[in-house]
Amino acid sequence: MTQPSTASDETAHVTPGTQDGQGHGSLRGYLVGYVVAMLLTIASFLAAGTDALTPSSVTAAVTVLAIAQMLVHLIFFLHISTSPNQRTNILAFAVTAIVVAMIVAGSLWIMSHLHENMMPVDPQMHMQSEP
Amino acid sequence: MQQRVLDIKRAPASHGGHSERRGITGFGFYLYLLSDCVLFATLFAAFAVLHRSVANGPTGMELFGLRNAFIETACLLTSSVTCGMAMLACDRREVRSAFGALAATFILGLVFLALEMNEFAHMAAEGAGPSGSAFLSAFFTLVGTHGLHVTAGLAWLVVIFVQLRQKGLSDGVVRRMYCFSLFWHVIDVVWIAVFSFVYLIGSAS
Repeated sequence: MTQPSTASDETAHVTPGTQDGQGHGSLRGYLVGYVVAMLLTIASFLAAGTDALTPSSVTAAVTVLAIAQMLVHLIFFLHISTSPNQRTNILAFAVTAIVVAMIVAGSLWIMSHLHENMMPVDPQMHMQSEP
Repeated sequence: MQQRVLDIKRAPASHGGHSERRGITGFGFYLYLLSDCVLFATLFAAFAVLHRSVANGPTGMELFGLRNAFIETACLLTSSVTCGMAMLACDRREVRSAFGALAATFILGLVFLALEMNEFAHMAAEGAGPSGSAFLSAFFTLVGTHGLHVTAGLAWLVVIFVQLRQKGLSDGVVRRMYCFSLFWHVIDVVWIAVFSFVYLIGSAS
């Protein structure tokens, strides 16, 4: 760190939710994020409401749209970026993302195996709970 | 990486400014929010595992109205933007427009909460309360925890309103508004997961 010791030193680490360590983004950024997020929301509600898609393709479409919309929120509202002065933020975020993925995917994986290995208690009930 | 974290910890001793303090508070609050995301992840995992265990009771397809969920989503999304507007007004040092934008955030949050309460009451009246099945328990725990976060956010906003009136845009108040905006945006991100994975996928399959 050979930067001169000026007021800009404090921007060496950008705090979450701000841009360049100073402001909270721009009006344009928020409006672009708003429009894009709204379009993605409408798209996923349309995908879920239509009869043209099979349930598994609805699941896939809604999942992709949800992840896209979360990214829009992170970029335009929380101002998370890949700039070097956000490294600590990104690292903490990445660790959380890994933990979240392990919890959700791991639970589903383990529980589906348990479910397969379980003897159905009441065959009829089992059939009904498994459409 | 370690060096960077230490850098921001050392900052107040060397500068003593307010924006460093805000930086540290903001970073700590950001870490809390990430841990909150882990809490929600466990509830999502429980819901994903249990969402077919309806115990012959009503399924998601029978219970969820997409119209209600869409209005709730629009409210929360718009309130996230008005919250951002409040922070922009903060940057411009305009107390009145910051107050107005936060008031809009509060009202939209209140509408969201009212719609959710209405839906919960409706479900409970139809005999689909939290004790109905494992699916319903997981649903009420997940969506209820999100609702509690929104309620906590609204209570926090009331405190901010009072402090804005008394102290104006002082450093402490701006710092709290900044943490609140992070909180509110993250609550909105969690809601995206709720409406997508609980309502939309639940009503389709």
